[in-house]
Amino acid sequence: MRKINASLIKKVVAELCQTANFKLRTDVKESLYKIYKKEKGLAKYAVSLILENLKIAKKEKIAICQDTGMTVIFLKIGQDAIIKGDLGSAIQNGVKEGYKKGCLRASVVDDPIFKRKNTFTNTPAVIHEEIVKGNKIEITVFPKGFGSENTSSLKMFKPADSLEDIEDFLIEKVKNFGPNACPPLIVGIGIGGTSEKCMLLAKEALLRKIGSMNKNPDFARMEKRILSKINLLNIGPSGLGGKTTALAVNIEEFPTHIAGLPVAINISCWALRQAKAVI
Amino acid sequence: MNIPFRSGEEKKLKAGDVVLLSGNVYTARDAAHKKMNNRLPDYLKGETIYYAGPAPAKPKKAIGSCGPTTSSRMDVFTPVLIKQGLKAMIGKGKRSQEVKNAIKKYHAVYFLAIGGCGAFFSTKIKKAKIVAYEDLGPESIYKLYIKDFPVIVGIDSYGRTV
Repeated sequence: MRKINASLIKKVVAELCQTANFKLRTDVKESLYKIYKKEKGLAKYAVSLILENLKIAKKEKIAICQDTGMTVIFLKIGQDAIIKGDLGSAIQNGVKEGYKKGCLRASVVDDPIFKRKNTFTNTPAVIHEEIVKGNKIEITVFPKGFGSENTSSLKMFKPADSLEDIEDFLIEKVKNFGPNACPPLIVGIGIGGTSEKCMLLAKEALLRKIGSMNKNPDFARMEKRILSKINLLNIGPSGLGGKTTALAVNIEEFPTHIAGLPVAINISCWALRQAKAVI
Repeated sequence: MNIPFRSGEEKKLKAGDVVLLSGNVYTARDAAHKKMNNRLPDYLKGETIYYAGPAPAKPKKAIGSCGPTTSSRMDVFTPVLIKQGLKAMIGKGKRSQEVKNAIKKYHAVYFLAIGGCGAFFSTKIKKAKIVAYEDLGPESIYKLYIKDFPVIVGIDSYGRTV
């Protein structure tokens, strides 16, 4: 057993909120530099502004994008860790503090239909937790902008549906909503589980590095095929046409029920912001 | 190019042109559009709406990160505002056919700003002041003074698209 103070968790969450919003994930940044060389005309111009934007954000410590997202937090809690204090409050207060200190935008409204009043703290954050072996806590802060989140979709396919049906559904979503989601995109796809598990898989797929393929060769081939189809859509950086509509397609799969075949898509804009720490 | 446009100046713009804008723009997004209730306030007549909700300013800065938001969420409100004198819009993404028709009919212009570049655009904003709906926080209407703010003509005053 190992004791971890909730106050430390709060401090770490506050720092991660700022780091995630000021510094783009390295693999995404490298990928953007690569496509800059490939693009031409207005698309190249768009990528050049994106790269300049990243330099300014990192140097001046201001948010890469003003949509500093609804804060999604993934926790992996070691079963041998004992938390001293209230974990839930520590995380929410960490988000409040991080967003205030970092001059990050408060983008959360209290009730989604009737009053829609801004909470002015960017809380509550959405928390997903998992119990794992060991005595540590891993915290990933993933601010998710809603230009891209609004393009999410879930479809419960039938086991009789073909692979082609599934791929067509996914490509159609990118084709219709891609231009609004700030391309070049990172496309997260969840397949299997139950409906809510499937959506979560699609979001978790966005945690995986660009260029890392699914370990199952069938799904890896599917990732590659969907990516090349998406990049033929000519949506391009910032929707201005060009070779790169998506930087990556990541699929996460899970066993499912004999009667079902859930498929979910969760897209990220090029500003895929994540920061991780292990306590 | 200075905004608001001098009479007829918008007609020189062609879809796909890269333009550096200088002058005043007003931010308005989902909640502000809803509150306008299909009536364009007088101070927006002949002016430019920037679909944006800025992040708070750091000390000694005019404003925080301030890039464009998705314009199509405002499509349902836009034609009637253009009819009442809204001259230009800055945002990201595509617009509906109804918006395109209104732009063509009333010779308005839709500019695209590169999405996600809020830090970059904040350096092109020299002054910021809330002019309406302060209770909406980042969704308030801000009057921004922009200088050499780069945009691409997305839909020109003849209805041509990039």
